[in-house]
Formats: sequence, C-alpha cells, structure tokens
Amino acid sequence: MEAHAMPYYGGRAPEKGLAVYTQKVGMWVFLCSEVMFFTGLIGSYIILRFGASETWPQPGEILNIPVTAINTFILICSSVTMVKAFAASEMGDKRGTRLYTLATAVIGAAFLGVQIYEYSELLGHGFGPWSGLYGSTFYTMTGFHGFHVFSGVVCMTWATVKAFRGGYDNGNYQGLEVLGLYWHFVDLVWIILFTIVYLI
Amino acid sequence: MATIVAEPTGIPVVEEHHEMSFIRKYIFSSDHKVIGIQFLFLSLFFLLVGGLLAMLMRWQLAWPGRPMPFGGLFPETMAPDGIMLPEFYISLVTMHGTFMVFFAIMLLLVGVYANYLIPLQIGAPDMAFPRLNMLSFWTAVPAGLIALASFAVEGGAAGAGWTSYAPLSGMPEYSGVSMGQQMWIVSLVLLGLSSILGSTNYITTVINMRAPGMLWTRMPLTVWALFITAILGLLAMPVLSGGLIMLLFDQTIGTHFFLPETGGQPLLWQHLFWFFGHPEVYILILPAMGFVSEILSAGSRKPVFGYKAMVGAIVAIAFLGFIVWGHHMFQSGMNPVLGTSFMVSTMVIAVPSAIKTFNWMGTMWRGNLHFHTPMLFAIGFVMLFVIGGLSGIFMASAPFDIFIHDTYFIVAHIHYVLFGGALFAIFAAIYYWFPKMFGRMMNDRWGKIHFALTFIFFNLAFFPMHTQGLAGMMRRLYDTSGYTHTADLQGTHLLITISAFALFATGVIFAINFFGSMFRGEKAPPNPWNATSLEWQTPSPPKHGNWEQAPVVYHGPHEYSHPDVTDKDWLAQNERPDVVSPAGH
Repeated sequence: MEAHAMPYYGGRAPEKGLAVYTQKVGMWVFLCSEVMFFTGLIGSYIILRFGASETWPQPGEILNIPVTAINTFILICSSVTMVKAFAASEMGDKRGTRLYTLATAVIGAAFLGVQIYEYSELLGHGFGPWSGLYGSTFYTMTGFHGFHVFSGVVCMTWATVKAFRGGYDNGNYQGLEVLGLYWHFVDLVWIILFTIVYLI
Repeated sequence: MATIVAEPTGIPVVEEHHEMSFIRKYIFSSDHKVIGIQFLFLSLFFLLVGGLLAMLMRWQLAWPGRPMPFGGLFPETMAPDGIMLPEFYISLVTMHGTFMVFFAIMLLLVGVYANYLIPLQIGAPDMAFPRLNMLSFWTAVPAGLIALASFAVEGGAAGAGWTSYAPLSGMPEYSGVSMGQQMWIVSLVLLGLSSILGSTNYITTVINMRAPGMLWTRMPLTVWALFITAILGLLAMPVLSGGLIMLLFDQTIGTHFFLPETGGQPLLWQHLFWFFGHPEVYILILPAMGFVSEILSAGSRKPVFGYKAMVGAIVAIAFLGFIVWGHHMFQSGMNPVLGTSFMVSTMVIAVPSAIKTFNWMGTMWRGNLHFHTPMLFAIGFVMLFVIGGLSGIFMASAPFDIFIHDTYFIVAHIHYVLFGGALFAIFAAIYYWFPKMFGRMMNDRWGKIHFALTFIFFNLAFFPMHTQGLAGMMRRLYDTSGYTHTADLQGTHLLITISAFALFATGVIFAINFFGSMFRGEKAPPNPWNATSLEWQTPSPPKHGNWEQAPVVYHGPHEYSHPDVTDKDWLAQNERPDVVSPAGH
C-alpha cells in the first residue's frame, strides 16, 4: 500500500483544508458577513451625510464627546482583558483565565451602561431617532453596535461560567480564541464609528 | 479489474450506536441530509404557494373584472363578490415575487442542495456546524410563515413589489399597507439571518472538511458552484438586512432614511437593495449551473468539457455580479458615465456565461447521450437559459433598457432565467438526486411527460411576454383595458393565461410522481446513474454519519469513459488506482 502513496494523489500531498481549526475558520467567515453589514450602514451614513452637509450638526454640538471618549477607552480595555484571558488559557493559567474572562464580561457590560446613560441623556433633551437624518443614523449605527456588544457580553457571561467550571483548563483555549475574534471585531467597529459619528 | 471499489479505502469510522428519538431525528435534526430534505418540503410548499398567487394574477389579466372561481372565499378587502381589487392584485405581485425568489428558488437551490450535497460530495460526515445548520432551517420556517400570515392582517400583505422601492414602501399612507409591509421586512431579515448562518457553514465545510485527496481541483462543479454561491450570500445578504432594518425604522420609529421630505434618499434604498439584488440573481443561477454541468456530464458519459474554465467562469460571474447593480437603475437617474460603466461591466458577464454554455455543448458533443429525465431537464435548462441570457444582454444596454424598463419584457427575461433556468435545473436535480435522498427511483416515463409538457407550456406562457413588453405592456398593470395600447394585447394575455394554467397543472404530474415514488417507487441501487462523485458510492439513502469507511479521493470529479478503464465507462472518485488500472495513474 505504501508504494502507491505517491500516485494516489498525483504526486501531491492530500488536501487537509487550512491548518486552522474549524471553529476559527467559521468565525472568520462569519466576520466577513459582519463587515458587510456595517459597511452597508456606514456607506449609507456617508451618502446621507454628503446629501445633507449644510444641515449636519457640528461635532460636539449634540453628542457628548468626553463621555463617549471615556467609554471608548473602556471598550479598548475590555479587548486587553480578552487577550489576557486567551493567553492565560493557552498557558494553562487557570486563575488568570477565570479572572480575565470575568473582567471582560464586566467591562463590556460597563460600556453598555455608559451607552444607556448617553441614550437617556440625549432622549431627555428630545434628541431621538426621529430627529432628522442625524438622529436616524446615530441611533441606528450606535444601536446596532451596542446590540453586538450586548451579544458579546451574553457570550462572555456564559464563557465566565464555563471558565469557573474549568471549561478552558488543560489547553482547551479554542473557545476563548474564537470569542476573542468576535470581541476584537466589535471593538474595532466601535473605533471606526466613534471617529466618523462623533469626531468628524 | 473490479467493477466497484474492491478494497476498503481510507480510515474506518467509529460507528456511533445510539438511537435517537423521532423529534431529534426528523424534526430538530442536526443531520445535514435530514435538514436538506426538510428544506425540500418547505421550499416545494412555497413553490406551490407562489404558483397559486401567479394563477390568481393571470385570471385578472385574462379576464379583468370577472369574478374568480372560488372568488367567494376571499374576504371583502381582497375581492368583493369574487372580483379582485387592485390593492389585492399588487399584493399578489409582491408576494409572488417574494415567495418565488426568496422561499422557493433560493431555498431549493441552496437550502436543499448545499445542505444535502456538500458533505456527501466532499466526503465529510456532516456539516462543520450541524447545530448551526439546524438553527438556519428553523429560522427560515418562521420567516416563511410570517410572510404567509401577512395576507391575514389589516391592510393585507406588502404591496410595494418584491423590490419594495421607497418611499412607496416607507410610508403606510402611500401604499395603504402598514402591518403587511413590516411583516415582509421582518420575514426577509429572518431569512437573511438563516442564509448568513447557512453560508458560514457551507464555506467553512468546503474549506476545512474535505476528505483526504479531495483537492480544490477535484471538487465536483456542484460543490464549486454552491461554495461560490455561499460567498455571494455571505457578503450580499447583510447589506439587504441593513437596508431592511432602516426601512423598518422609517415605518415604525420615525427615522428618515428613505423619505425625501426630510432629507432622506429614496435612491439609497435602490442602491442597497440592488447591491444585494444583483448578487442574489447569481445566487439563483450558479448552483443551477453546477447541477446542470454534473448531470450533462453523467448523461453524456463524458468528463465536463473545460473543468477549470467552468470553475473560472463561476468565479468570474460571482465577482462581476458585485459591480453591476446599477444596471437595475438606469431609469432612476444616473450620471451617464456611471451608467455606461455599469452597462459595460454587465455585458462582460456574457463572456463567462458563454464559456459555460459552450462547455455544456462541448460536454455533450459526440457523447454517449442518455436521455433520462434529469438529462432532459438539464438540456432544457441550457436552451432556455440561452434565451434568458440573450434578453439579459439587450437589457444591459442602457438605451434599450430605457425603452423596455418596467415592461413585460423584463417579466419574460426574469422567468426565462428563473423558471426556464433555475427551476428546470431544480427539476433535473430533484429527479437526479431523488434516489439518493429517498432510496427509490422516480418514474422516468412520467418524468419525461412532465418535462415535455413543462417545456411546451413554459414557452407558450412566457415567450409572448417579450412581444407584449415591446408593445408597452406595463409590468404591474392591474387592468389592461385602461389604455388603448394595452387593450390590444388582450388576446395574447388570454393565450398566456391558458398556458400558465396548463403549466401549473403539469406540477400535479410532478407532485404525484414525487410523492408516489417516495412510497411506491422502484428501489434505487446505490448508484443508479453510474456516476462518479462520492455521494453515489454510499448506500441510498446514506446512513447517519454518511460513511462506514471515510473516503479517500484519487480522481477528478467527472471521470467518464476513461481510456484506461475497460470494463465500465466511469471511474468513481474514491476508486483506488491500483485496483482499476495496473499501470497506476
């Protein structure tokens, strides 16, 4: 049987797919779809804003930039703890895995808390999704991002429970890596949204 | 020399012996084969619903203002005294398009066959994410039911056409439909989610789950087509979802995305819709092309002519499909320079399409043709797709498009590519893979009668629409008697309606054959067509987990009439070379 090994594959090694485990490939593929979703929203924002540039409010005129800047910093911190959680799991640091998954879930929830505060302040001043194109685009884009963070927090809460039960011990780090990809993606989207919706 | 795989090839699979409950096995199943068959029943149901809606429309067009048979069954808001109201007619137009495009053709091509065939043809035990696959099916079911239920709510079903152009779709006051339009949106958002989950699964499965030896260049063309289709769905669907959600917000929470009086842009909806919509057109035809390539090859007992060119053409069509959406909007107001670039890029798509058509003919050329039912439908596909493709080139030309825009010429084109193209390929695929799915053959004689009648009545129903369109018949017109130039077309409308009723009736032959064969058909052997791809090297139907011996692939996908194989005219992909040919290849 060995003698036939080469001719079987026409002189080429058998194909084994990517040298990456399936869950990770799946998450990358799914994130491609997410990129297109946010591209649609951001593209619409650009077109609508260019169409109404005279009436568009100046940066800071309606939105509270300092609060959101702090919130951006909070979200970036959660990406750091996410990496630490993954690294701890990969190195077999059980205590670190538990600590950092918990921290990521809590910091993600804090981001949502600040966003809820921001929304309630704006709504209190009468600025809602019905307030012209600016309100429409602002609430739709940040709202969908917030929904993604919320989904991430739900998953991270589940991951925290799993971590405390030892689910990521003994080199079983794949789940945290895949979740981390999503988390960093959502973080990255926020940096783009913060720039184009709040700052420019 | 052996006739079939003489020695087990590959690695034995550890068999799992645990009986599953009926619900886990057939209802909430994560087995890709069961999910594929679930999608088959779901999408055939919506094919029937979409067809019925079309029959109602045809009645109104042939006999405007005459009470419908069983018209008394409709409530006052749809058809008082059995006479169809214009509002109901436009709902029928809208929902016929929606059901056929999203719930019948798309689910038949992708939902059914991507699920059923991808793991079997690449030699995988199941999808990469079986439970995600189950979720994908169970998201599509409520999506369809919501769309169906929208007929029952106040104001009726959505009435802004399957494209739901804003601002007509954005303000309930404009179309007279509020709840129905919102249900239409929710339904399509759910279906988009189902499609994105499915696509993620298909792509991952093809990338990472291929059997040893299943090189990219050894994948059957069906898998190639479904893989590229999944990429289209993955990248196009989320853009539609984003647009749909904005439209929903416009209707419900008072945003202003598409409403011009507050600075919104109706054209933005068209861009978002068609950025999705044009790749969607190729989602609806590429898998069909894959099935046809494979069936023509098996029916001609020859390898597919120009395999690599076929793959290249699929990739080229998919890529071009993303940069041509503007050709749907020549009439919407567009910079002529931009219009010209959309026109040229659209016409370029004719090149890979022609490559495929010539390669199909090259595959059949001097082949040992077997005219069984799947083969007949596949040949019918090629003939009708050419007609639909050629009228597509007419429409790509902006000056001509301005003349025939929103006329029956467009209706004729879409039906030549979606019915004559996609649905003929779907019938071919159903007859071809039915033995694998249900372990029994469909009746070939009744299959041929079904083909002949479908082919005749299809052409009688849809070809005259080209001339009607050139004569100025408007696409969504409720009553032809309102204009002199359309009143003259009443005779052709009568011909079309009678042919359409006959076409619908041929579906009865198919339905009887389908359900009858499922229980009474002749028992199917594992490989009734003497075909080469991996799914035919398993029992019919394959067991849970697909393989007793995990397959190892040694050959290309369509090795018919191989010169070194003397005792039969096909060479299975997993046959060991030393068994078939002493020289070794």
